[in-house]
Amino acid sequence: MANMAHAPAAEAEGETRRDFLLHTTIAMGAVGTGMMVWPLIHSMNPAADTLSLSTAEFNISGVAEGQRITVVWRGKPVFVAHRTAKEIDDARKVDLDELRDSQPDEARVIKGKDQYLILVGTCTHLGCIPMGVKATEPHGDYGGWFCPCHGSHYDTSGRIRRGPAPKNLEVPPYQFLSDTTVRIG
Amino acid sequence: MKKIILAAAAAAALAAPAALSTSLWAAEHIEIPKEEWSFNGVLGKFDKQQLQRGFQVYKDVCSACHGLQYIAFRHFEALGYSEEQVKALAAQYEVDDGPDENGDMFKRKAKASDYLPKPFPNDATARLANGGALPPDLSLMTKAREGGPDYVYHLLLGYEEPPAGVELMEGLSYNKYFAGHQIAMTKQLQDGLVTFADGAPNDAAHIAKDVTAFLHWAAEPNLEARHSTGLRVTLYALLFAVLAYFTKRRIWAKLGDH
Amino acid sequence: MSTEKSAWRKAYEWHEARLPIVTWLDHSLGTKYPVPRNLNYWWNFGSLAMFMLAVMIFSGIILAMNYTPHVTMAFDSVERIMRDVNYGWLIRYMHANGASFFFIVVYIHIFRGMYYGSYKSPREVLWWLGILIYLAMMAAGFLGYVLPWGQMSFWGATVITSLFSAVPGVGDAIVTLLWGGFSVDNPTLNRFYSLHYLLPFVIVGLVFLHIWALHVPGANNPLGIDAAPADKIPFYPYYVAKDVFGLGVFIVIYFIVVFWAPNLLGDPANYEKANPMVTPPHIVPEWYYLAFYAILRSIPDKLTGVVAMFGAILILFALPWLDTSRVRSANFRPVFRVFFWIFVANAAMLTWCGAQLPEGPPLILGRIGTFWYFFHFFVLLPVLGWVETPKPLPASISQSVMKPAE
Repeated sequence: MANMAHAPAAEAEGETRRDFLLHTTIAMGAVGTGMMVWPLIHSMNPAADTLSLSTAEFNISGVAEGQRITVVWRGKPVFVAHRTAKEIDDARKVDLDELRDSQPDEARVIKGKDQYLILVGTCTHLGCIPMGVKATEPHGDYGGWFCPCHGSHYDTSGRIRRGPAPKNLEVPPYQFLSDTTVRIG
Repeated sequence: MKKIILAAAAAAALAAPAALSTSLWAAEHIEIPKEEWSFNGVLGKFDKQQLQRGFQVYKDVCSACHGLQYIAFRHFEALGYSEEQVKALAAQYEVDDGPDENGDMFKRKAKASDYLPKPFPNDATARLANGGALPPDLSLMTKAREGGPDYVYHLLLGYEEPPAGVELMEGLSYNKYFAGHQIAMTKQLQDGLVTFADGAPNDAAHIAKDVTAFLHWAAEPNLEARHSTGLRVTLYALLFAVLAYFTKRRIWAKLGDH
Repeated sequence: MSTEKSAWRKAYEWHEARLPIVTWLDHSLGTKYPVPRNLNYWWNFGSLAMFMLAVMIFSGIILAMNYTPHVTMAFDSVERIMRDVNYGWLIRYMHANGASFFFIVVYIHIFRGMYYGSYKSPREVLWWLGILIYLAMMAAGFLGYVLPWGQMSFWGATVITSLFSAVPGVGDAIVTLLWGGFSVDNPTLNRFYSLHYLLPFVIVGLVFLHIWALHVPGANNPLGIDAAPADKIPFYPYYVAKDVFGLGVFIVIYFIVVFWAPNLLGDPANYEKANPMVTPPHIVPEWYYLAFYAILRSIPDKLTGVVAMFGAILILFALPWLDTSRVRSANFRPVFRVFFWIFVANAAMLTWCGAQLPEGPPLILGRIGTFWYFFHFFVLLPVLGWVETPKPLPASISQSVMKPAE
């Protein structure tokens, strides 16, 4: 096979130098391949136009007491509930130790706007949309929302009370730009 | 061999009269002078001050007829404006939105994520307002013409009196650099047409230069990233190639004869 | 340490006994694949073509994630890739210029095969598979060029599909079928997208067969004589190292174009959205089709022109029999070698003609070039094989190494 007749005398020295060269070349090739793969992966992250759309504004004054509506934020439903005094009371008298994802109702609303509960409307189990926005829909055993996919019950603070969901319904970042205008995101 | 040459010569001879009988074999070639641009060269960059001036020219002059449909207000951060400045800029514009609760479309102040409003609601209105000619969108203009930014710059300044014997069609102007030389756009840029906040010279040539640079940014907003990424990536590849060469030589040295 | 190693070894042997993939790779491109020791750098272009195929597939998959195949949105979605998608500009420029570089590499690969007689017995099937790959590439390149839905995309698609209207009798029916309507429109764009995504994987399959067919007789070499086992060296590490070096040089050139002249090989008109009401004044295909486009336009009759254009490619299938010489390498064929370079120059001239308006001197040159193209295959190659006296061939590769012939 290979012509081995001319094996150089300085074989040993040559070998180490080749090893170093070889390893450097291989390392550079591997790192270079990685660098070329990164743009391909990163391209799948949200693009600049998608990121720029990550806020939504709406007028909250149209939501009457006891009413719940859905608005769209980042392509997902966001529940906006104008809670009754009873619903707020129900949410606040719960023993926090009973809760799977323990959190007081006060921490889930903005002080002074306690009647408004704003939640990302996707079940923390596997992402279905819980029912309970319309009055005719089931509200679950705790008067909040009920996810029909796998039977998670949320209370009037959107906290998980029963069923497979591990966490409370997420409260998105939002602020009141005025008394009536809310910006999510 | 000789036969082949003879055959080729015969073919050429047969073809020659046809060549002579054809009067026009290429459209007139218009030579476009090359300009100096800050974005040329290996690490060429946009001059942000120039882009801001160019945007002012676009806003004050071009935008009356020409859209910039692929540019959103948020893109202007690349011109050196802050997020707040961009929001304030967007708020000067109105865009269509809707329908609202009553099912009506409405106007609202633009947000950073909105795209620049179009000058005309549709092509038909645009033509009606411009004597039948459709002012093209400018988002990609410097890439959509042979000669690129050099062409756009010279076109803006290339208005002349038509040479003797050239009859201009109604409503058209003579332009040295336009294909066919008769262009529907009248001469727009005059000395002192706009006044720049940074006090930069505002003769027609400088205005043309600034707005062309701005349009090139609009066409190729990632140019700077392309140049800087390119330099790093290419140098890396070059170093890799050199190392690979010596590795190859080492490995082949075993064979003795290479 | 040693027990851990043997566990790995055991796992490897367990797997290899069930699916000997490492052994197979070792025989395909490893230490068990013997290759003539005297291959020059023209032999690098096969591996470069495989590299470009991989680049095109990976960048294309990502582009497809952001592209919308609809006439109202295709152009906009490409601009969104260029402006808003992370590194979208890089991926698109790599893909668009990648097509050109893929063709450059493959053209050199084909010309190398022509110069060194790599198509001759016993490598005819290997050659055929190569032409099939080339045809599939041309189709994929054409379909892909339509997708951005610029002016050149639209009018290129219109002109090229209209070629089929030259078919007697059923031509118009075929064109309507290709379009899925009465002009190039949304159905056309959708099917082109579907096929553009399909063809690269067809090419992968053909490449697999191409390499298989290569392994049966083994690689040709610059001397064109059969290599004795003693004159062969294992593909790994020798040719792997050489191919990697070639790849390093190649990507430097590729990157220079991608990063500093990404629109050099493109047509400005394709940055204007397709307008079915306005034909651009000067329609030209991408540079890699220009020679065949020149052949098409050289012939004033529609059907004959189309037949000549396709014939110019299909004639390559017959090349192993049109060339009657038993000597493979042009190094030993002094007359053929001259005509080979004339053929290359002629192809370059046809490429130039294809980019000009089909009038006056470019048309004449195009006609001469077309004539020469077919003359080369139909007359020169057969006749040369009979009349040319080749130089004496070396008895073996090692003999030639002692006394270099060239």
